[in-house]
Amino acid sequence: MLSKVFATIAVAITGSILLYGVSDFPAFGDPNSPANAGVTGSESVSVYCITESYKETKEPKLVTSVLADYRGYDTMFETVVIYAAGMAIFAILRVLGNKAEEDAIRSHESSFTNGDHSRIIVGTTVRIVVPVIQLFALYVVAHGHHSPVGGFQGGVILGASFIIIALAENLNAALRRFSEQNYIRLASIGILVYAAFGVAAQFYGKNFLDYGVLQPLLFTDGPEMARSHSMLGVEIGVAFTVTAIMFAIYANLSSRGQLSKGL
Amino acid sequence: MIFAFDIIILVFLVVAALISLNVKDLLSASMIYGIYGFLICLLWAEMGAVDVAFTEASVGAGVSTVLFVATVFNTRRKSSD
Repeated sequence: MLSKVFATIAVAITGSILLYGVSDFPAFGDPNSPANAGVTGSESVSVYCITESYKETKEPKLVTSVLADYRGYDTMFETVVIYAAGMAIFAILRVLGNKAEEDAIRSHESSFTNGDHSRIIVGTTVRIVVPVIQLFALYVVAHGHHSPVGGFQGGVILGASFIIIALAENLNAALRRFSEQNYIRLASIGILVYAAFGVAAQFYGKNFLDYGVLQPLLFTDGPEMARSHSMLGVEIGVAFTVTAIMFAIYANLSSRGQLSKGL
Repeated sequence: MIFAFDIIILVFLVVAALISLNVKDLLSASMIYGIYGFLICLLWAEMGAVDVAFTEASVGAGVSTVLFVATVFNTRRKSSD
């Protein structure tokens, strides 16, 4: 009981210090704050991005051009972090070498509504909804240039569509559609796709992830459109990795690494 | 930014956070944590950060809730403290 009192006091003191720090910030959306307008003598990054990014990348959405082009390294290693998280969960939880259960995944012929009558409504709903979810996920990835969100979120939605199959029936049904071999492959391919765009720029004699020089490779009108198209390619790579890792984490967590039955 | 809307969301946010910390049943705690994530998503959408809001809706409120539920089913449902 005493520890809770001390914890509450510590939280209250830390919170009030943080709130005191926030009171020094410029107001929300203040155009004259240093982050937005820059300090005297040096132009701020946000002003540069707002005025120049469309000219340089032909990208109507600022967020994507900053995320995938100006901060390309950042996004690449964020993807690597997600990959590493998935692999760490795989390394810790996965129980290998159980041959009987691996055979059970393949042999068990079933549909969503097979056997258990209480699952008819859930199974039928999921069977109707899953294609719609996957189409929406692909739309989110492909339309990341012009509307909010992109590869990360589309990948999460695509991974969630496999998780929903595992929830509605069992893990084996989802693993028949997206097997362990395939999700590990897809996760690695995603990062390789991203890195390939960087290395391709190096072959043309520019820096890693400098997409502008990929113009002859992508058959575009100018370096601006090459950057725009490369961003789409990079986002697709991110979506591959995130899809696979989301499903991998769920599959290993829900079955204690056995990859059978699940919840 | 609509001030009244902000206040309503923030009040619900604090309430959801407190309930999810204090509830004994871990399954309901993780569901309430999902509600918390969705309220943050609303707050960000209302502040104009649609990208972040979408990420929170898919990762914070969607997948991480499912992962919590998957973990709770492999442990005991009651919290000990």
